[in-house]
Amino acid sequence: MRKLSYILCALGIAVLFCVPAVTEVADMSYYLDFTTRVVIFAMAAVSLDLILGYGGMVSFGHAAFLGVGGYAVGILSYYGITDGFIHFGVAILASALVALFIGMLSVRTIGVYFIMITLAFSQMLYYLAISVNTYGGDDGLSVRGASVFAGVVDLADRDQLYYASLAILLGMLLICYRLIGSRFGMVLRGIKSDERRMIAIGYSPFRYKLLAFVISGVMCGIAGALLANQTLFISPAIMHWSRSGEIMVMAILGGISTLFGSVIGAGLYLGLEETLSRFTPHWQVLLGPLLVVVVLFARNGVLSLIVPRRAKTRHG
Amino acid sequence: MDDALLRIEGLVKRYGGLIATDHLGLSIRRNELHAIIGPNGAGKTTLVSQITGEVRPDEGRIVFAGDDVTRLPPNARAAKGIGRSFQITSVFLDFTVIENVSLAVQARAGHSFRFWKQAAGEAILRDPAHAILAKVGLLDRADELAVNLSHGEKRALELAIALAGSPKLLLLDEPMAGMGPEESLRMVKFLETLKGQLTILLIEHDIEAVFALADRITVLVYGRAIAEGTAAEIRNHPEVRRAYLGDDEEA
Ligand SMILES: Nc1ncnc2c1ncn2[C@@H]1O[C@H](COP(=O)(O)OP(=O)(O)OP(=O)(O)O)[C@@H](O)[C@H]1O
Ligand SMILES: [Mg+2]
Repeated sequence: MRKLSYILCALGIAVLFCVPAVTEVADMSYYLDFTTRVVIFAMAAVSLDLILGYGGMVSFGHAAFLGVGGYAVGILSYYGITDGFIHFGVAILASALVALFIGMLSVRTIGVYFIMITLAFSQMLYYLAISVNTYGGDDGLSVRGASVFAGVVDLADRDQLYYASLAILLGMLLICYRLIGSRFGMVLRGIKSDERRMIAIGYSPFRYKLLAFVISGVMCGIAGALLANQTLFISPAIMHWSRSGEIMVMAILGGISTLFGSVIGAGLYLGLEETLSRFTPHWQVLLGPLLVVVVLFARNGVLSLIVPRRAKTRHG
Repeated sequence: MDDALLRIEGLVKRYGGLIATDHLGLSIRRNELHAIIGPNGAGKTTLVSQITGEVRPDEGRIVFAGDDVTRLPPNARAAKGIGRSFQITSVFLDFTVIENVSLAVQARAGHSFRFWKQAAGEAILRDPAHAILAKVGLLDRADELAVNLSHGEKRALELAIALAGSPKLLLLDEPMAGMGPEESLRMVKFLETLKGQLTILLIEHDIEAVFALADRITVLVYGRAIAEGTAAEIRNHPEVRRAYLGDDEEA
């Protein structure tokens, strides 16, 4: 079973590496853009799965970090700064600070309260972006220059953007896989499993949950910065609560607590959006039943249909 | 020097009109096994939770190893050496048995802000965890998910987790609850091996197990200590016979 999942991962990665070449030959550059989008949203979904699947934190405001990372790039290039290191440095720093702030006020709460607080903060940032007219307000902001790293890597180039995004996604997956098995990860999972017990054996859950929330926020902020580079446009819509919902659907579709499942979930969701929206603008009507089917018949997401997991817990 | 590891003075806990702990004083000496008996609802679990810090007392003081810990949060008290087992089994069901114990060992083995090295490969976590599992008889179940254990095995794991923090004071809230006679006997034998190595506060309904194990016994009724003494003294205490044992043991 383990072997099978490794083989599948390797296969998936190999396919992803070939996308630019194939789309080039087949003259379907549109699909390169689509795959880039999948890779970027996969980062957001993986970042959510890290705290949702391993820390029990149901963040319903994760799109806020997409916005923070995206606006970091948009605003800097508005002032003529296109240095990639500055773009991503600021995106990382800003999303870390925002996550620290939101986290400090939210990670002590659980369940519905946590959902509501994260949602409330993301809506606040959404309305903040709408109200600041310097940066386009409601209409959004064109990104005047994509990120350029020391004149070598230029994210305005479609292939380079794609490979950079893919490398970052793989790096994030590797970091997350190491993290969940590390001491820190064990504590995080212990808190999700039984917080009261963790306190009784001497852990203070707050600091671990907060740090996990910040790590997750930064990962999602990086995704936002890449997204701004892809669309060369950033608007408050990126932080709308429905975006947060979409990220969560991706994570659930692929399978909570699987990390890699989030990548599949992102591909599946965006793929469905792509195909179904050709038939009807109300394609989400079709998505609803599909979600119900996944939740009912594949409780651990689509990934569990391919790779059965070890005999899992079934409480009660 | 004070030979009491834990001293409780004038402890009061009210739930609305109900007094769960009623001006309770209690002193537990180093390395003794002190048992608390009392009918359902006497306030035994409430007392344990106040000692661990999970429940805040309304009045009174709790002094542990010479320090007033009344205001200390529970995780800080655990770090000072107060460990507990729960009356209702509370283990990490989706962890393996060895992971359950390793996680408790980890709380005492350096800090947990390590993000890359895999905890499962750390000998300083695994070796002590193995040793404890061997002690409680769960070594052959080490790689099983806790959710798949039998009730008795879960109780043993509950105890293993509490021991893994190397507590100075171990609070056991009905460790034998729901166990069959054979499992209970094994638990009594195991607790006997712990005697003298650390201080234990044992709460247990199985009166014969208590008489066999305890150095001292406190009888709690309506949150008050109505009697305290050795097993022999408690067995023959008239008020205890009336209030708790029922007077049917006269022979
Ligand atoms: N959180 C709470 N809120 C209100 N009342 C409570 C609470 N916790 C305990 N009580 C009450 O306090 C009293 C003491 O409860 P406690 O659980 O300490 O008893 P116990 O001696 O452990 O009983 P048992 O032998 O059944 O475990 C009971 O009357 C109980 O109903
Ligand atoms: Mg009780």
